[in-house]
Amino acid sequence: MTALAWLIPAALFLGGLGLAAFLWSMRSGQFDDLEGAAWRALWDEDGPQPPERKR
Amino acid sequence: MAEALTRDLSARLIDKALAAAPLASTTLVVENMHCGGCMRKVEQALCAVDGVAAARANLAAKRVTVSHRSKGAGRTEAFVDALAAAGFKAAELPEEDDSAASNADRDFLRRVGVAGFAAANIMLLSVSVWSGAAGDMERSVQSLFHWLSALIALPTVAYAGRPFFRSAVQALKAGRLNMDVPISLGVTLATAMSLYQTLRGSEQVYFDAAVALLFFLLLGRFLDQRMRTRVAGAAGNLLGLRASTATVLGADGSSERLPARALTPGMRMLVAAGERIAADGRVLEGASEVDESLITGEASPASVSPGRQVFAGTVNLGAPLVVEAIATDQNTLLAEIARLMAAAQQSRGRYVRLADRAASFYAPAVHVLGLATFLGWLVTGHGWEQALTVAIAVLIITCPCALALAVPAVQVAATGRLFGRGVLVKAADGLERLAEADMVVFDKTGTLSLGEPHMLPLAPHDAPLLARAATLASASRHPYARAVVSAARERGLAVFPPVEVAETAGAGLARMTPEGEERLGSGRWCGVSGPAGESATLWYRAPSGKVVPFRFEDRLRPDARDVVQQLRRSGYAVELLSGDRMTAVEAAAKEVGISVWRGRQGPAEKIAHLEGLKADGRKVIMVGDGLNDAPALAAAHASVSPSTAADVSQTAADAIFQGERLGSVVEVLAVAKAARKLALQNFAIAVAYNVMFVPLAVAGLATPLIAAIAMSTSSILVTANAVRLRTARVEL
Repeated sequence: MTALAWLIPAALFLGGLGLAAFLWSMRSGQFDDLEGAAWRALWDEDGPQPPERKR
Repeated sequence: MAEALTRDLSARLIDKALAAAPLASTTLVVENMHCGGCMRKVEQALCAVDGVAAARANLAAKRVTVSHRSKGAGRTEAFVDALAAAGFKAAELPEEDDSAASNADRDFLRRVGVAGFAAANIMLLSVSVWSGAAGDMERSVQSLFHWLSALIALPTVAYAGRPFFRSAVQALKAGRLNMDVPISLGVTLATAMSLYQTLRGSEQVYFDAAVALLFFLLLGRFLDQRMRTRVAGAAGNLLGLRASTATVLGADGSSERLPARALTPGMRMLVAAGERIAADGRVLEGASEVDESLITGEASPASVSPGRQVFAGTVNLGAPLVVEAIATDQNTLLAEIARLMAAAQQSRGRYVRLADRAASFYAPAVHVLGLATFLGWLVTGHGWEQALTVAIAVLIITCPCALALAVPAVQVAATGRLFGRGVLVKAADGLERLAEADMVVFDKTGTLSLGEPHMLPLAPHDAPLLARAATLASASRHPYARAVVSAARERGLAVFPPVEVAETAGAGLARMTPEGEERLGSGRWCGVSGPAGESATLWYRAPSGKVVPFRFEDRLRPDARDVVQQLRRSGYAVELLSGDRMTAVEAAAKEVGISVWRGRQGPAEKIAHLEGLKADGRKVIMVGDGLNDAPALAAAHASVSPSTAADVSQTAADAIFQGERLGSVVEVLAVAKAARKLALQNFAIAVAYNVMFVPLAVAGLATPLIAAIAMSTSSILVTANAVRLRTARVEL
């Protein structure tokens, strides 16, 4: 049962990592234009960078 | 090495300084941006404009955000011109009005993410407990897992449940019951009781059910909110693209193009032939004809001369006009319309949505059932603690997860389907109101008809002159002249590029030919006197002196007749209510097969008529486009506008359809009805699930496992049922 002592925190930490990644991607506007993002992946060179987000 | 480093550093410092310079950002609507290629061209075209730091297109929203240095005058025009050169039609967005909506989007998504994380982790712990309970799990471990669940669940419920709690409190304050009241009660009680049972070390712990419930409900709300944001964005785009610019004349004779919203009273605008007048005003110079169909519903143009008022949205057909902008509130017509609209919106009152109506029966029933269970267990000699536990289990089982998803899921599917076909459903309860209607009232000009002139057939002996008249007409931008050209083309006649045609503003066209002068224009211009007749008329005088009248009518939408027939077959009463002349209205009514019609109806009369119909117990859908229809659109039970409608009308309408087909109205009604049917089906599913599991709960047999299974399956079932609407065939 001592395994639980580190298994549970590890599970929660990994889950939390996923949540943090999700919140970060949302905050940086990656869900704003799902259609456009699909097309951008096909461009050869780097396109214009996204404008700075206003805080 | 060190040198390179310094150079690199200084370059970075310069970049930083540039980046620190104040950047303004402008958002433009780009109408015809359809694919990744377009998106790229748009960004490249904008980046090539001087002073632009970056441009980022959003394909889903059909918008592009430009970051540029300083906001000089004419900046936006430079962007629009650059895009026009690249082949895109663009316009500046009126205001950053939708940031609140997209913030609400993000807010919901964040809560969905948090609730999803918590639900998954709590479920993991719960499954361990359930499987361990059958095996050899120690009590202390079980208790530890429950405590961990509580640790995750409590902050999650407090954070993710806030939208429901807030809405429930608002409803209770207003003395109403909505779906969020039983949801909030169920979630709060489940959490509180689970915490209590965890303290006691019991097995009746429902954290998983409470948080999973929040997750499902939030997902439904998020989809609903996102669809509304998309529709609102698309509606904003339509208005942005229609907003016109004006050529403003300075005191020194200079001219400057300004967006319509930058105009202030007292400015002098030059309105060229064929241009839309950007603001309400008074004519200072020039005499011309103005197409006021959007304001008055009258298809034939009105003549204007110095001193007369003209309205924003009308089109100058003839000679250039100089118009002095005046404040809208000086304007009697617009002021009256604004007053009527405010009154109409008030009298429409608060519409109670289907889900809330269901809640007003459901919530009391659930709460009475919970109380009865509590009393029943108490009376049969069990302790108050056990009685309370069972009663709360009943509340958890009956917590209307499926019920609260039943309507939003269907609405998202319906709105998404219509959105894909160019119909924007703007009001959240619009579909429900549309589904209830039993009568459709149409406006004529611009709604049943296309709002552009079409030439009537000529007498056979005049036909040969059409080609010559069309050649002359192709030199002008007047709508009648264009109608003559397109009539000639339709008949397969060759229209030659015009040579040496002189246009006399407000009168007509003239050209010298070897045989003599030929003229196209008003009766006076061609030397014809007497009444012009009923239909709007243009005259052509051949070199021989022979004079031919061309008559025009406002052509009906190609499928107008079919739509009216289809509506009548499906049991809708159909009426025509127009501001146009009696004869024109009668002709249109006959052509589409509407037997009840009224002409010469002002905004106030339209409202009065609708109020009369309402008093007779009718639920009326108003379909209209003009400014004169706006109060009626607001007063009707539900309303639909074409995307060519006046701004005010688009704002007042529940749904906007794009394109020439009036059939969209039928599609909207059919989908609205199908949506209502599916919503009722979903209610039935939710009730059936309650009938199955509530007896278990009342008998005290609802274990946390049963609660979790019952809740998830019913939610998934109603969502799957709603999704059918995306592809299902619907009929009126």
